[in-house]
Formats: sequence, structure tokens, C-alpha cells
Amino acid sequence: MPALQGLALLLVLQSAGELLARGLSLPWPGPVIGLLLLLVALRWPAVQQRVGAVADFLLSHLSLLFVPVGVGVMTHLPLLGRHGLTLLLVIVLSTWIGLLVTASVMRALMKDD
Amino acid sequence: MADFVLLWVYLSSTPLFGLTATLVVYVLAQAFYARMGQAPWANPVLWSVILLALALGASGTAYPTYFSGAQFIHFLLGPAVVALAWPLWQRRAALRARWGRFVLAALLGGLAAAGSAVGLGWALGLPVEVTLSLAPKSVTAPVAMGVAEKIGGIPALAAVFAVVTGLVGAVSGKYLFDALRIGTDERGWMARGFALGTAAHGIGSARALQVHADAGAWAALALGLQVILASMLIPLAARLF
Repeated sequence: MPALQGLALLLVLQSAGELLARGLSLPWPGPVIGLLLLLVALRWPAVQQRVGAVADFLLSHLSLLFVPVGVGVMTHLPLLGRHGLTLLLVIVLSTWIGLLVTASVMRALMKDD
Repeated sequence: MADFVLLWVYLSSTPLFGLTATLVVYVLAQAFYARMGQAPWANPVLWSVILLALALGASGTAYPTYFSGAQFIHFLLGPAVVALAWPLWQRRAALRARWGRFVLAALLGGLAAAGSAVGLGWALGLPVEVTLSLAPKSVTAPVAMGVAEKIGGIPALAAVFAVVTGLVGAVSGKYLFDALRIGTDERGWMARGFALGTAAHGIGSARALQVHADAGAWAALALGLQVILASMLIPLAARLF
């Protein structure tokens, strides 16, 4: 039951985020505003207890949630046929650059810890 | 035989098909991944996507038909993004103590990933809306879609780029970190996890979590930070250019 209440709470906060994003025409996606709202709401032990269980479950299966959108690659075959290799090159290189910079900065910043 | 074809036509057009196929293929891919000792190349998302796309192509099933069932899984990405507040909250003591350093690493890493993607896309002559769809690819798919929509990119394309980015990070991260001589001590796992969460979002974080619990926790923290920073800063940066 706490898990179900937790899921309901996540959905309520996501909806609140969507409403705020649209109502105030904020530049951020609704779920991100929901994340910020939850960060504030987690001060209350009642919220922690309910959200904890469902958040751990959802986040431990996070990679499954990307499969439907990943299969959507098949709908972009014409574009991929034209720019596929360039796109792959750009994505691979920029991902490596991102990983390299983050890991190096983290290592340098945490040295004196 | 004709009856079988009719049955198949019926089944493959109900939402039940897309949902069942996604879960069954993913569970099998996950088992294969475990059997292969969690080798990076055996990534379950990578193989699920390939197998499902091939199956849909071979059976002539249209993507919207598949998605009418798979959307129930896809939908959970929204609440999952909200749930990212939980790992941030759990690590609030570490965050408070080293707040500036975490934000700096997340900012520089996110800037390097998004900037190099847009720069390379522009330099190699990709169409503008495709290049713009590359900008938010280091953030998790639902957020990438929202950001792409706001800056004039193509949301569906941004989601696919985000998934490919996550896969590249999850599959090649280990080798890159080994080449950089990032250790596997406490500080090394922190750098590895944080980098995967920053540059390879949820798929990279899932990989980090499977390899080491600490790396997974740092990845989840970096993922939450990156979601907040990138979704606020990329639309602002796009407005400036």
C-alpha cells in the first residue's frame, strides 16, 4: 500500500509540474518541476516512507523504460540512411568527450578530500 | 494456417502485443546479459531494441501499433524522472558538503557533452533541426524530448539520440575510464558513476548500478543534477544564439 500511495504521489507531483510549466509558461519540462517539488516534499517523513519504495523500484528498472522509444529508431530510417554514419560519429564522440571531461573534473576536484 | 494468420493479425494489433513483446524480450535480454557476466556489449537495452525492431520489421507491424501497447512502459519515464529526487535526497549530506564541486563537474561535463554534439553536428553539416535535437541527448529521454521541443528540435529524434547516447556510454564507458586510469577505489567509483550519470543518463546509470552500488548512487545523483541543470540551461543557451 505505501508503494501505491508513493506512485500516486509521484503522478500528482508530475501533474502539478505539467500544470505549473504550462500555466506559467516555464521553460522546463513538467517532470523536472515535479522532481523539484518532490525534493521539497521529502522533508516530511510520511512522504519519504511512501516515495522510497516506489522510487527504488522504478529507478532500478530505469533502462527497461527506454526500450519503447529506442525501438522508434525504425521510424527514422530515411534520415538515418542519409546521415546515419555522421550521426553515429557525432553521438559517439560527444558522449566520450562528456564522459572524459566529467570524470577528469571529478577526479581533480575530489583529490584533496 | 489461415486461422493462424487471422489470429496473429488480431493479436498483433491489440495493445497487449506491444506490452508483452517489450517485457518478454527485455527479460530475456536481461537474462542473456547476466549469463554473459554483464559484459558491456551484451547491454539489455541495446539487444531489446535491436530484436524488437527486427521482429516488427519482419512481421510488417507498424511502430504506432507496437507503441499502442509499449506506451504503458514508456509512460513510466515521467514518474521515474520525478522519482530522481529520492537519490538526491538520500545523498543530501554529501551534496551539502561538496555542493559547489558537484555542480561544477555537472556543469562542465554537461556543457562538454552538449557543446561538442552541437559543434560537431554543425561542422559536419547536419540539418539545423537535427543538430538542435542533438543538444539535449545527454539528459534522460523524456526530458530530452521536452527540451528539444522547446528549442526547435524534433522530440522523437531527440529521444532516439538520447537512447543511443546512453548505450554508447554504457557499452564503452568502462574502457574509456580504464584508459584514463580512473581507479576502482572509492574515489574512482565516484568519478566513474558521476560521469556516466552526467553524460549517459539513465542507461549509463543503470550500467553503473549493476557494476558497483556506490557508482550507481553517484550516477543517480549526477543524473538528477544533470536533468535539473540541462533542462534549465539548454533552452536559455538556445535563446542566446
